[in-house]
Amino acid sequence: MAACSTASIRPADDAAARRSALPGFAPTLGITLTWLSLIVLIPLASLALRPWTLGLDGVWQSVTDPRVLAALRLSFGTAALAAAVNVPLGLLVAWVMVRYRFPGRGLADALIDMPLALPTAVAGIALTALFAKNGWIGSLLVPLGIKVAYTPLGILLAMIFVGLPFVVRTLEPVVMDLPIDAEEAAATLGASRGQAFRRVVLPALLPALLAGFGAALARGVGEYGSVIFIAGNMPMVSEIAPLLIVIRLEQLDYAGAAALALVMLLVSFAILLLLNALQARIAANAA
Amino acid sequence: MNTVLPQRPTTEHWLIRAGLIAVTVVLLIVLLLLPLLVVFTEALRRGVPAVLAALEQPETLAAVRLSLLVAVISVPLNTVCGMAGAWCISRFRFPGRGLLVTLIELPFSVSPVISGLVWVLLFGANGWLSPLLNATGTRIVFAVPGLVLATVFVTFPFVARTLIPLMQSQGAAEEEAAITLGASGWQTYFRVTLPNIRWGLLYGVLLCNARAMGEFGAVAVVSGHIRGQTMTMPLQIEALFNDYDWIGAFSIAALLSLLALLTLVAKAALEWRIGRAGGGLL
Amino acid sequence: MKVEVWDIRKSFSSERAALAGVSLTIPDGEFLALLGPSGSGKTTLLRVLAGLDFAEAGAILFDGRPMDAVPARERGVGFVFQHYALFRHMTVARNVAFGLEIRPRNRRPPAREIRSRVAELLELLGIGELGGRFPAQLSGGQRQRVALARALAIEPGLLLLDEPFGALDAQVRKNLRVWLRDLHVRMGLTSVFVTHDQAEAMEMADRVAVLRAGRIEQIDTPKRLYGDPATPFVHEFLGESVRLACTVQDGLARIDAVPSASIPTPCPAGPAFALIRSHEIELLPGPGPARVIAIHATGPLARVLLRLGEQDVEVLRQPDAWMPAAGETCDLDLSRARIYPLQASPR
Repeated sequence: MAACSTASIRPADDAAARRSALPGFAPTLGITLTWLSLIVLIPLASLALRPWTLGLDGVWQSVTDPRVLAALRLSFGTAALAAAVNVPLGLLVAWVMVRYRFPGRGLADALIDMPLALPTAVAGIALTALFAKNGWIGSLLVPLGIKVAYTPLGILLAMIFVGLPFVVRTLEPVVMDLPIDAEEAAATLGASRGQAFRRVVLPALLPALLAGFGAALARGVGEYGSVIFIAGNMPMVSEIAPLLIVIRLEQLDYAGAAALALVMLLVSFAILLLLNALQARIAANAA
Repeated sequence: MNTVLPQRPTTEHWLIRAGLIAVTVVLLIVLLLLPLLVVFTEALRRGVPAVLAALEQPETLAAVRLSLLVAVISVPLNTVCGMAGAWCISRFRFPGRGLLVTLIELPFSVSPVISGLVWVLLFGANGWLSPLLNATGTRIVFAVPGLVLATVFVTFPFVARTLIPLMQSQGAAEEEAAITLGASGWQTYFRVTLPNIRWGLLYGVLLCNARAMGEFGAVAVVSGHIRGQTMTMPLQIEALFNDYDWIGAFSIAALLSLLALLTLVAKAALEWRIGRAGGGLL
Repeated sequence: MKVEVWDIRKSFSSERAALAGVSLTIPDGEFLALLGPSGSGKTTLLRVLAGLDFAEAGAILFDGRPMDAVPARERGVGFVFQHYALFRHMTVARNVAFGLEIRPRNRRPPAREIRSRVAELLELLGIGELGGRFPAQLSGGQRQRVALARALAIEPGLLLLDEPFGALDAQVRKNLRVWLRDLHVRMGLTSVFVTHDQAEAMEMADRVAVLRAGRIEQIDTPKRLYGDPATPFVHEFLGESVRLACTVQDGLARIDAVPSASIPTPCPAGPAFALIRSHEIELLPGPGPARVIAIHATGPLARVLLRLGEQDVEVLRQPDAWMPAAGETCDLDLSRARIYPLQASPR
């Protein structure tokens, strides 16, 4: 072998080896991190820090105020109920959209995304008009003694409206990937479709149902525009937590508003963690 | 065919199928279509002239202008940064990449009110930066900059979120080929990458824009509701609705609904073009 | 262009090295095949040559010039990707013209010249009429040629091909083999070609480098590689091998199952094994350790199935040579076997 200048034989150089032939890594990472910090991280950090200007005691007082607890109960409770309603509804819609063919299916598919595409204020006034005493649906319910607008029931319906697409879109890919041979096996073993559905399909869908529930719940808790018009906004009765945050801001109680916001975020985060753990448990058992 | 075939083992009886389809269709119509129809019905209650008159009100025109202004500022910013983020995340491997993706998606999981709250905490009357603002006489909250910041926050993830899975599924082979053929980074991006992602990019921008113009909760918090000055279209809807000017409120709502419909049509068209990138494009 | 590779090392994770010290020299004008199973590092080596990946140690020289500081876009290497990587939004003509169009103004040929060069190349590769089509409208073989034309348009000093025929069906592959070799010669290229198909490598290349686990096991002409495999891995990779246990003593290897066979070998004394190809085994008449089970005389070579001790062995013979009868025993001439010491086993 001819002698080779030692200058061109590099010692082991892992960092240089891991670089990529494609250019632009440093500048794009820089832009992304800068923008992310300015727009997302710093503001959220200030949210995490602000409540503590009240001191530990102050924060506790602020978040255990009866009005706050009522608002949190209403927001989380109604969102949970709405999500619970959306799970079977979403499953029905997802099943029909994936498994069946019918005229207008494409249109229906586009329609499902409507609550996501429609601005929340528009949805809010539309639902109010729909369910008000003289609205198209409201007028049908009044004789039955059911008042929807300006009551917690209205809040529930608004949350169902915004949460449905989340459940459907979470379930659709899972339903699509269901192994059809499991159902075929059930059929050969003598199960009816109903039995096969209950015993084979539903358990397989359980993790996705939980995920959809969580997504709808998270969306419902934080929802403002769709809910604020149809809710009565009466303290202790039909006042959602986000509204209370707004009121506190208007009263210049920044720390109090931040404390409430922090509580909302932490509780939502905890619920999602719990649901994730449940999902993992189920997946582990099924493996 | 006269013989009755046995039911296929993995489909429900046709009656059940028909029933389920019917229930689903009714459900979708009642829950999802009716609200949209109500918007247009209420707006047109006194005919088209009333709608036009409502839209020509100075405050309404100011709201439309403001919404467009906010969109024109926030959408390009988030688009450029989204494109940068998508390039860095989909074309390179580095520690913390997964965390970066999660952080980029963070604004999605935060309530709109909180998205506005964070800016008030920084720039509001009792905010941390308020002494500095008072000294320089700048107003952020209760002024247009605040609206822009709140809108940028809530629309932050849209473009990146659409581009990242698209660019990942397309792979880097074409870009590597361009490099071996002698192209520079910019040449590669503009001649090879952009043409491949153009539909996804367009879709991300449309979503970003629709949300920018339609955002309510975050903007309501920072706006101060100063009529004619800091009222975007959704805020103007709220004001008119609370004043019982339903024609006015629903006229603006109808405009925004048309934008929403356009977005849905674009989504359907783009999905047909790109193919389903794992659902949940919105 | 002459290419020198000095002790290139690269690993993707802490345990597995993709390239564990590869060195070779490719003279100008050679057609070299990199052959080996998947994971042997051949594609990694190709990408390091192109500048798409980077080695942790070692050096690459093109015509004596070190390449570690030279980015991929300046290396003048033509790269044909396994799945072609054609620019899907450009026509065939634009794809091929790409490398010329993006050149800086002072090096860029005028538009007319680019057009004529593209047309020339497309003609040369037999796809002259496809200039206006888009990649999605082409067959696999056509796309392959477009990828090649695109790489050739920049007049590369070195042409690298990553399993270029991998995605094509057998007949198309066979035709393209001959044609690519012909093109290489006509255009005076230096080419490096990655494949896991040993027949392809042996047919097309001037020399073949057999890689395994990031190292070159042997690099030689196909004839010498096949006739004189340096390691058991090379022997078995290049063709069906029959493995027989043997013992070496005093420079002679005695096959355990065939006592009459003794083969001179430089291997050290002790247990060893012999590798021999089915068509290298000679059958000898007379009583012997092998029992004939069946004879299939169809096809260009007759297949004789033997039971040898605990092993089933297939021997390929000319159909007009002497054949033992089924059920008979016969002896074996294993003088063409190659002996390898036991620790050289690739298992």
